[in-house]
Amino acid sequence: MRRDLDPVVPEAEFSSYYGRPVIKPPVWKQPDVPAYLFLGGLAGASALLAEGAALTGQPALERVGRLAAAGGSGLGALALVHDLGRPERFLNMLRVFKPTSPLSVGSWLLAAFSGLATAASASTVTGRLPALGRLAGSGAALLGPALATYTAALVADTAVPAWHEAYRELPFWFAGSSASAAGGLALIGAPVAQTGMARRLAVAGTALETAAERLLRRRLGFLGEPYEQGRPGRLLRAARALSLGGAAGAALGGRSRPLAVVSGAALVGGSVLTRFGVFQAGLASAKDPRYTVVPQRHRLAAAGEGAAIPG
Amino acid sequence: MSNRLAGPLGDVAADAGYDEHPVRVGFFTDTSLCIGCKACEVACKAWNSVPDDGFELTGMSYDNTAALGASTWRHVAFVEQSSTPATDLGMPGSGPPDSQAGDSEVRWLMSSDVCKHCTHAACLDVCPTGSLFRTEFGTVVVQEDICNGCGYCVPACPYGVIDVRPDDGRAFKCTLCYDRLSDGQEPACAKACPTESIQFGPLDELRERAADRVEQLVGDGVDGARLYGHDPTDGVGGDGAFFLLLDEPEVYGLPPDPVVTTRDLPSMWRHVGAAALTLAAAAALSALGGRR
Repeated sequence: MRRDLDPVVPEAEFSSYYGRPVIKPPVWKQPDVPAYLFLGGLAGASALLAEGAALTGQPALERVGRLAAAGGSGLGALALVHDLGRPERFLNMLRVFKPTSPLSVGSWLLAAFSGLATAASASTVTGRLPALGRLAGSGAALLGPALATYTAALVADTAVPAWHEAYRELPFWFAGSSASAAGGLALIGAPVAQTGMARRLAVAGTALETAAERLLRRRLGFLGEPYEQGRPGRLLRAARALSLGGAAGAALGGRSRPLAVVSGAALVGGSVLTRFGVFQAGLASAKDPRYTVVPQRHRLAAAGEGAAIPG
Repeated sequence: MSNRLAGPLGDVAADAGYDEHPVRVGFFTDTSLCIGCKACEVACKAWNSVPDDGFELTGMSYDNTAALGASTWRHVAFVEQSSTPATDLGMPGSGPPDSQAGDSEVRWLMSSDVCKHCTHAACLDVCPTGSLFRTEFGTVVVQEDICNGCGYCVPACPYGVIDVRPDDGRAFKCTLCYDRLSDGQEPACAKACPTESIQFGPLDELRERAADRVEQLVGDGVDGARLYGHDPTDGVGGDGAFFLLLDEPEVYGLPPDPVVTTRDLPSMWRHVGAAALTLAAAAALSALGGRR
């Protein structure tokens, strides 16, 4: 079952122009964009957690979730603005709405979500306008799952082979990672008496991301190599260790405050490393022309046209 | 509204909303005629006031331009191929002096690459500001005053054409000389090409001409000759700038079977939706279990 480590095609069958990449690697900056992928996920899932806490009457958990939703989306918007260079460049994306551009959809989502989440957390902190704050929080919870998962379409809607071909699993991977991050942060911030929902969300999230990642690597085979090799491979292995360790700690040691904090930190750290690992796997996959050319050759061969048809 | 994201599209300008528009134009770059003079690169830079992007020696034959980019809108590739008969290697003077077997045959491939002005342009689809747009000529152009430098178009392009300028952050690429087209003139590179390797004209005419040319070459025994990017049923709906190549596309640094990434976008959104619902369900179930 380790066929993913064997290139499907021997090197000899592959040619390129002086080994140069066929596609251009993403120019998105680090840490801005992978940090944004993490923060959007954390914020989106935290809004859900806050709504769940509000519905079940757990004010301390609700407070942590609301602050994480507002803080995460606010910092995420800052990261995006920093990547773009100037705030006007972010506002420029709100001139139009284009469903064919996940970045356009995401800009609107982020703008609406961070407005609602900020209003909700302001109401929570100041104690003013509780009904409106509650309404804003519910709105944020409605948008939260979309904010946490659209970033998968953002990276998949490119010609980067390791991202594009992973478009089926990436949203679930990001959804799981977001849930474990939000659960982890709540384990750190909320009193043990109100962390039941956070622990269950973290465990469920870790299970989901683990399953999605396994499925992705099995289905992608050769194209999934960048997720296992080099620096992105090391990042993702560390992310797995942290997430699984954090989830185990959350599941088994929930009553101990120190253990909850350590588990929560591991879960958040695992989610951060996951986004950096996925981001860097994309870069590696774009820079190596093998990943662009070999699958396209296979596709042509499968379609029964060994080469472009003359005439 | 079918085939808006992928597949053959008869009238690309009408699909973009032009009621009345000129005929779709493009380039047919016949690389069998290219002599590697780089007049196209120079004419493009001069006409479009494209800044320099470094003077570096790459070690890649006569190609020191390296690749298309934000400040390189025409790029001449040089490929040196040698087919030396293996048996005669390292045995000087062992064969008859007039024997061809002892000589290594060198083939020099030259090809002027350019933005493909795809029927389904991923750069245009993913652009979040509307800076990239379809012109009335069916070409794809960046409006520099609207571009916000998000860089999404860069990894979206299946050909690696468009890029951002590091000092400025905005994206640039070939405009197919939009200003010259509007004035009834041909693009600068085609005008400057001394061998008519770069041919400009209505896309339909170019496709017919290219079909004749490749038939002629194959008939003359040039068996590597093939068209690239001419087919409206390919992954990008056919290129507005297509090529006659003498070897596999990847030898020239071109993808053998490019597909516009947004072809799969509807399915991507469905998967995102399913994942979002899964996340919401996980949160709902987690909330049901009690406080501790």
